Amino acid sequence: MTSRRAAYLGSAALAAAGMAFAAPAKAEVSFEGETIEWIIPFGTGGGSDTWARFNAPFMSEHLPGNPDVVVVNESGGGSTRGTNLFTQRAQPDGLTILGTSGSTQFPYLLNDPRVQYEYQDWEVVMVAPTGGVVYTTPDTGVESVEDIEALQEIQLTYASQGATSLDLVPMLGFDLLGLDVNYVFGFSGRGDGRVAFERGETNIDYQTSSAYLANVEPMVEAGEAVPLFTWGVLDEDGEMQRDPTFPDLPTLEEVYEMMHGEPPEGDAYDAYRAFNIAGFAAQKMVFLPEGTDEEIVEAYRQAFRDIFEDPDYQDSVEDVLGAYEQVTDDAAMALFDAGTTISDDVRERVVRMLEDDYDVDLGE
Amino acid sequence: MVEIFLSALTDILSLQHIGFMLGGVVLGLMVGIFPGLGGIAGLSMLMPFLYGLDTVSALALLIGLVAVIPTSDTFASVLMGIPGSSASQATVLDGFPLSKQGQAARALSAAFFSSLVGGVIGAIILTGFVLIARPLILAFSSAELFMLSIFGLSMVGVLAGRSLVKGLSACGLGLVIGSIGGAPATGEFRMVYGVDYLYDGVPLVIVGLGLFAVPEIVDLLRRDRAIATDGRLGSGWIEGIRDWGRNWWLSLRCSGIGAVIGSIPGLGGTVVDWIAYGHAVQSTKKDPKFGQGDIRGVIAPESANNAKEGGGLLPTLMFGIPGSGSMAIFLAGMVLLGIQPGPGMVSNDLDLTYTIIWSLALANVLGAGLCIALALPISRLTLIPFPLLAPFIIMVICFAAFQATRIFEDLFALLIFGLIGIYMRRFGWPRPALLIGFVLATQAETYLYQAVQFYGWDFMWRTGVLIIAGITVGSVILGMRARIDDSGPVTREEEVTDGPRPPVAEAIRRRYPQMLFTLAALALFGAAIHDALGKSFLGQVFPLLAGSVAVLFGGGLLLLQLFGRDNATGLYDTEAVRDEDARPLWSGAIWLVLLVGLTWLVGFILALLAFFLTYLPVRAKAGPVRIVVLTGFGLAVVLVMANALNLNFPGGLLQDAYRLPWPLR
Repeated sequence: MTSRRAAYLGSAALAAAGMAFAAPAKAEVSFEGETIEWIIPFGTGGGSDTWARFNAPFMSEHLPGNPDVVVVNESGGGSTRGTNLFTQRAQPDGLTILGTSGSTQFPYLLNDPRVQYEYQDWEVVMVAPTGGVVYTTPDTGVESVEDIEALQEIQLTYASQGATSLDLVPMLGFDLLGLDVNYVFGFSGRGDGRVAFERGETNIDYQTSSAYLANVEPMVEAGEAVPLFTWGVLDEDGEMQRDPTFPDLPTLEEVYEMMHGEPPEGDAYDAYRAFNIAGFAAQKMVFLPEGTDEEIVEAYRQAFRDIFEDPDYQDSVEDVLGAYEQVTDDAAMALFDAGTTISDDVRERVVRMLEDDYDVDLGE
Repeated sequence: MVEIFLSALTDILSLQHIGFMLGGVVLGLMVGIFPGLGGIAGLSMLMPFLYGLDTVSALALLIGLVAVIPTSDTFASVLMGIPGSSASQATVLDGFPLSKQGQAARALSAAFFSSLVGGVIGAIILTGFVLIARPLILAFSSAELFMLSIFGLSMVGVLAGRSLVKGLSACGLGLVIGSIGGAPATGEFRMVYGVDYLYDGVPLVIVGLGLFAVPEIVDLLRRDRAIATDGRLGSGWIEGIRDWGRNWWLSLRCSGIGAVIGSIPGLGGTVVDWIAYGHAVQSTKKDPKFGQGDIRGVIAPESANNAKEGGGLLPTLMFGIPGSGSMAIFLAGMVLLGIQPGPGMVSNDLDLTYTIIWSLALANVLGAGLCIALALPISRLTLIPFPLLAPFIIMVICFAAFQATRIFEDLFALLIFGLIGIYMRRFGWPRPALLIGFVLATQAETYLYQAVQFYGWDFMWRTGVLIIAGITVGSVILGMRARIDDSGPVTREEEVTDGPRPPVAEAIRRRYPQMLFTLAALALFGAAIHDALGKSFLGQVFPLLAGSVAVLFGGGLLLLQLFGRDNATGLYDTEAVRDEDARPLWSGAIWLVLLVGLTWLVGFILALLAFFLTYLPVRAKAGPVRIVVLTGFGLAVVLVMANALNLNFPGGLLQDAYRLPWPLR
């Protein structure tokens, strides 16, 4: 495996070198008359599918030659199947692209044996961040995030989709804050989890921003929910900043500092941060396969630059995807790096926690 | 309030709105008639058109599509015995026997008229329900949902067939197979044995197709008749509507059941048709012929499954949690139109909500109307000699199975479940009991675990739980009185057992085929128990319990087969009595094996070509012209469909070795 990886990297380096020395003959990239398959390793109707179907027509309009862009759903294996398929089958001709989500990043970061893909081989052309808000019920006696220490005294319950799902992020976050949380698994989505909260079955929960605005904010106004903090957003320097959609809410980092007088650091924080970024700040990414020509990559990046300027896009993006800007170029690279790299120590720590506390057997 | 009603009504009754809706209905009809495709395929075809439309028109298009799918999938269920989607599995039970009796047109029109009524009643109930639905939906916690899944499981009592012990063993098979894959509480993978395909569990579509469609085709292929046995189409579509008229009260009750169960998120629409079917069996006193072609067995599930879509709108609109596959599609469409579901749908956007609900009713009327018009011409398919129809049906089933996860293993799984279905049919194991166990396994386990986590074991004393428990007990008692199976209703008189009791050696000699099948089931239960023993407590408790109880029933059955009297209810083997004009059992199955095997080698399209070219001259004795025309037609249908949906076909060893252009890759 390692030697094959090395060979791949070697050939990629050679190709890159070859490109650098080749005359800058601007071979015009055009996808005229072609069909671009956008592999989404999730089923129809989910968040990633909706995201892709929103973007596809704009890509069709702005890619050179106006190709058809079709979404191909290849779900299964917690999104590892479709992604493996992309690794095995996609040719570096720009006609097959991949959209991944946090659920694709997590098994990769955790060395799940089903993963046969390597993020570092691919070319990232776009990243779509998202955010989320953690909230609790006033029954805990907490009236605002100022009272967060009171939560440490209470047995909290959280409705989770599974220990290796995106709900790993709140798990690591609550752990960092010293909250005592009982995780009840088997929920099929955050919507289900929210309904359990509304029934009073759980007393701490999070929702992604658009779902929070539509469903939790009315509860906050009615005095039935208390917002605590957000997962934050990553700026271009890799610093965690307040979520622009919720400028009044602190990030988890700020809450920690409020409680302990100093910003969080150490292994537990590194683990939270790595998975938080992979799960939210760099949640959805678009990739071209290994060995794709620089011109094709650039054509895609240019298309996204144009899309972001398209008034039709600007009119509808917030309604469909929430108030987070999709990015390309350097901003995308920064998010990609932060969302797909993890130190062996941090990985070990999380895998051990999953095994010891939640009977998760990632196997070999 | 009146203003809201009026504004919603004006929106709906505009010509433009109806036009777009009709567009959605026609598209949905074309897609829905193909088993296994359903709303998901329809959505991807619609998506490019949604942009640039105003919200109301786009919604009309979407609703037209969503509404007509549980209607149009009835064609496959009734005419060919193929459960077109999970919503019309129960329809197969009586619909297909009716087709065999030459009454396809009657069954179809009764089904469509029931769908129409179900859709409209669903909308009427929702109109009132929508304002109080929120607290009601919230009242169904994991505890009540667990009890509801037990209620669903209690339908096994009705559908257990001639022998209760066999029915419960079949249900055990379903529970064990349903527990394959990730455990809800811990995520541990159960019984996957390193097979990637099993990690996500076995898809419901495959189980439905394998259990119901495959055995019927295999059986029909042993003879040279048409589906309609005597080659005539009996009473027509008007008779079907009269049938509905005679059973209007049953239809209304089932519509109510459908709307209410559909609106409870979590249980999903997958068991609604079985609950309605079970209700019809329990409540019918006059001359029941369920399982042999009782029109009430068609009216009940079809009334319920369209009403269910209306009910499913409630959790979708108010909480953003879709109750069924088609509602998930609808939700995605709404999000793309920039509509966020939430409590706002019953306050600020109430007019939009009513527009959606009533559009659904109108779309049901349009869809069912079109289907009734098509019923007579399409039901002529049942007059074609079956050997000529069979390659297309096998093709369609494989194509449908392949939609489950779109890899070759889907076809292999279809073959396995087809075999299970063939032997269950042969030995009189009730297939609906397996299916119900399969569908409810995960739900019962998840909700029990969640209920205990949230409420402790005291959850049993919640009011809602007690009410549902009461209904369940009542249903079980009713079920004792009226059970049905493939060969018709079970009456008390038949349960008398006073036949001769053969010596054990003699019993084994005569009954070894059915004993082998029982042993195979016992082996699966044993494997489930063995696998569970290696898991953590929360991961093992459910399969351990289900497996152990199933071993008891399976063991009991085996004892009966060893020592039972000759006419004991647990004994059954269709092959024990030779049917002179039938070919051997394997002669039908071999063709499905051929197509799947060839696909494994050279991929689906080339395999299909080879399959047609072998089957038509060898089995159907077709001449050269027919061979060319039929093969061309079959390939064309699949290619056009796949092209419209951007589908790749499953590849084989050939595709692994060489890169080939679409559609061969």
